[in-house]
Amino acid sequence: MSLERRSEMRRYAVGYGISLLLTGAAFAAVYWQKLGTMTTLGIVFTLGLAQVMVHFRFFLHISLRRSARDDLQLILFSAVIIALMVSGTVVILLNLRARMM
Amino acid sequence: MSADERRHVGINLGAADPMAHRDAERAAFGFWVFLMSDAVIFALLFATYGSMLSATAGGPTPAGSFKIGSAFAETLVLLSSSFTFGMASISMKYADRAERPAPLLAWLAATLILGLSFIGMELHDFVGLFREGAYPSRSGFLSAFFALVPLHGLHVLAGSLWLIVMMAQVAVFGCDARVKIDILRLGLFWHFLDIVWIAIFSVVYLQGLIR
Repeated sequence: MSLERRSEMRRYAVGYGISLLLTGAAFAAVYWQKLGTMTTLGIVFTLGLAQVMVHFRFFLHISLRRSARDDLQLILFSAVIIALMVSGTVVILLNLRARMM
Repeated sequence: MSADERRHVGINLGAADPMAHRDAERAAFGFWVFLMSDAVIFALLFATYGSMLSATAGGPTPAGSFKIGSAFAETLVLLSSSFTFGMASISMKYADRAERPAPLLAWLAATLILGLSFIGMELHDFVGLFREGAYPSRSGFLSAFFALVPLHGLHVLAGSLWLIVMMAQVAVFGCDARVKIDILRLGLFWHFLDIVWIAIFSVVYLQGLIR
């Protein structure tokens, strides 16, 4: 087995291991909930975001360093679009609900 | 990380074939555009779900409907299927054109089994929800839930059918450049679905179960 192949397999294994840890931590934080609602929610969302980045890095091979492809720019652009649309939707719908209550 | 490693693991169509390599880059980028538009759809369904979270209309609540055990099991199954697909990508990259790509087929089959068991577990969950009177028309919360989570399930189902098609193509044509590019795209799709699932288990299941 070539050196390159082994290092690529290790990348997937490392990504899998980190993902398992992050998933387990998020579920454990909710299953054995010790902290308050908002703190636990913050922990779960932070762990989720971290795991998304781990997946991009280790499974989809997107890195923040100069990429060989334009994929990174596309992803960052889509992230901006998504942030705008999601935050706008949430603000307007929650505001509507507050006014209807 | 060298420039070669930064490329998709699947793209290695041979040093003597730069044309095929460039085609693969373009094909992958086009597929990324599709994935990101799909991500926008999911993101807006998440936004709808978030704003509908308290609209239970006196019906089933998130905390009462979701089971942490099955959500955890589904997460592990889908995460493992991402890993087996990664192994498939690697065996595809190093597949010798002359030999039969048996390891590739085996890893794809493992991914397929995991994907189908994920769908089975999810269907089992939905049947349980329906039995408890948690059906889509019951409340705004349940409408938003059944718009978001089964859409991801449908994506996994589509990915599983695609896996079957690709396994048939590998068996018939072997690892030629066209088949490799398609498996590369399927891999992007599969890993993307796992990322959507991370958002689902964090935003839907865990948020719903926090006391």
